[in-house]
Amino acid sequence: MKQLVILSGKGGTGKTSVAAAFAHLAHEGPSALTAVLADADVDAANLELMLEPKTVETHAFAGGAVAVIDAEECTACGACQAICRFDAVLPGDVYAIDPIACDGCAACTYVCPSRAIRMEVQTGGSWFHSDTRYGPLFHAALRPAQENSGKLVTLVKQQARLHALDGGHRALIIDGPPGIGCPVISAASGADLALIVDGPPGIGCPVISAASGADLALIVAEPTVAGIHDMRRALETTAHFRVPALVCINKWDIYPAGAQEIESYCSAHETEVVGRIPFDQTITEAMVGSQPVTAHAPDAPASRALASIWRRVAQLLGTGSEA
Amino acid sequence: MAGWSGPPCPPVRAGVVDSLRGSSLRIAVASGKGGTGKTTIAASLALSLAAAGSPPLFLDCDVEAPNAHLILHPNLGRREDVAILIPRVDEAACTHCGRCAEVCQYHAIAVLGKRVMVFPPLCHGCGSCREQCPEHVISETPSVIGVLEAGPARAGIAFARGVLNIGEPMAGPVIRRLKQWSEPEAGQPVILDAPPGTSCPVVESIRGANFLLLVTEPTPFGLHDLKLAVEVSRELGLPVGIVINRDGVGNAGVEDYCRAENLPILLHIPYERAIAEATARGRSLLDVHPELESRFQAVFEMIVDAVGARA
Repeated sequence: MKQLVILSGKGGTGKTSVAAAFAHLAHEGPSALTAVLADADVDAANLELMLEPKTVETHAFAGGAVAVIDAEECTACGACQAICRFDAVLPGDVYAIDPIACDGCAACTYVCPSRAIRMEVQTGGSWFHSDTRYGPLFHAALRPAQENSGKLVTLVKQQARLHALDGGHRALIIDGPPGIGCPVISAASGADLALIVDGPPGIGCPVISAASGADLALIVAEPTVAGIHDMRRALETTAHFRVPALVCINKWDIYPAGAQEIESYCSAHETEVVGRIPFDQTITEAMVGSQPVTAHAPDAPASRALASIWRRVAQLLGTGSEA
Repeated sequence: MAGWSGPPCPPVRAGVVDSLRGSSLRIAVASGKGGTGKTTIAASLALSLAAAGSPPLFLDCDVEAPNAHLILHPNLGRREDVAILIPRVDEAACTHCGRCAEVCQYHAIAVLGKRVMVFPPLCHGCGSCREQCPEHVISETPSVIGVLEAGPARAGIAFARGVLNIGEPMAGPVIRRLKQWSEPEAGQPVILDAPPGTSCPVVESIRGANFLLLVTEPTPFGLHDLKLAVEVSRELGLPVGIVINRDGVGNAGVEDYCRAENLPILLHIPYERAIAEATARGRSLLDVHPELESRFQAVFEMIVDAVGARA
């Protein structure tokens, strides 16, 4: 089973449109294989909007814990404020914790002489196992303004991975989050499942280990000055975690000189550019119609480019022989 | 040109920011969904304020993918590393009692037999392990996770940004430090360009703002993520205004939602290939359509009024 993660650095370059097209193309057509899908953007999960999933299972996700001061017990001694490095303690006649600022470190609970502070687990969100017309989808909804998105990303990815292994699927396609920080690292590199299942309700980015990391990353780059800047940071990140990366250029004809700059950069960094997708309003029409563009309009210029990109990616994933 | 909509634009009132009694108005620009045009809108707003004689402080809080410098061209002369304090254990004096691992909520320190292991990428630098070690054998050492940079930008705008180092997971501390490091002058407005998403880096960026400007696009993805961003604003008790970018693509879902939820739409930017091509090259909206300057100034006026009405 091979793992493909789709990343970009910059948001809005078309990761999810590419992932939805891959889900469709992996399910039917000449390069079909059985794949499990995972949406690792747990803040703003959009893959479900293209695939109309039917939920099979819903699970609660316990979020991080935050400190809570019992007003009855507080003597306003200030020990909690002195120890807190996150400016989360609000002084007063009795002290209180700003739950938004609290990082969940629990330092205050250890120093409070009145033992007036306890840690309270927050509702973090939910994760789902769903069926779609193109195969199983694992996705999640982090409650807005919550911490711990890296942990939820890891959970979604691990569940998808286990399902793919159990079911003898050949590939796991992960629609990644934007940026290069914790959620991306969680989506692209491995994590220790035992930590998730057995650990106390701490906060933090899960352990980074290569054991269950992605076999291949596809960076969806946009030929804009911002898109190129962030593609470079995404490629540096995949190189840092030793995940082999490919690049495809979306909306290449918006700024052909920018597309050329991407090609030159990739060529200098021994990174294959697996295709160029033209600017095509059909992609937005497909989104409005809740369909991957390759299913909505197979002969549209964007669909033809995506089919060619998928053929190359499937070939490089090497899903033919291995277990 | 046709296609602009929104309120008529009054002339900018002199000293409009003074009405906040010298304190700075802090406007955060966020979106939920990535790539809706946050940075383009934030930079265009900053340039419009500068043109009206009130150059703001601009903070690029998207430390994972910082892009505003590509439009505002700052001369970044001031630098400071951002570090968190990670534990260092004196193994010779350690009794391997395990207290450090017990108190650490981040699994960043573990005691395995007669060894103590520290995992720096997991450490949040809270200091609990050092504080709670009964033998006092843990000290702390700074671990650099990013850098802050600042300097003057186009049109007299004061610019600062944070950049997270490659491979570092935690954006939050870099954003927090950036906001402490860059102080506006008295009465100088602050524009905070937030990262995409709805979780901790976004919350860290918009905490302490007076107003949240949400940039969206009229597509199903834009709408879905706008709803989440509005929930964040409610969680933080912040007034919001909406900018609809790429107006004309997609469908009417965003307009209908804003009407139903009584969310003020402060500006529409129509979808035009000329705008896409220009912003791809790092130009602001004002470089393409200078007439938008007064529109952005009017948006600022509406924000001042909205914040003033709550004060």
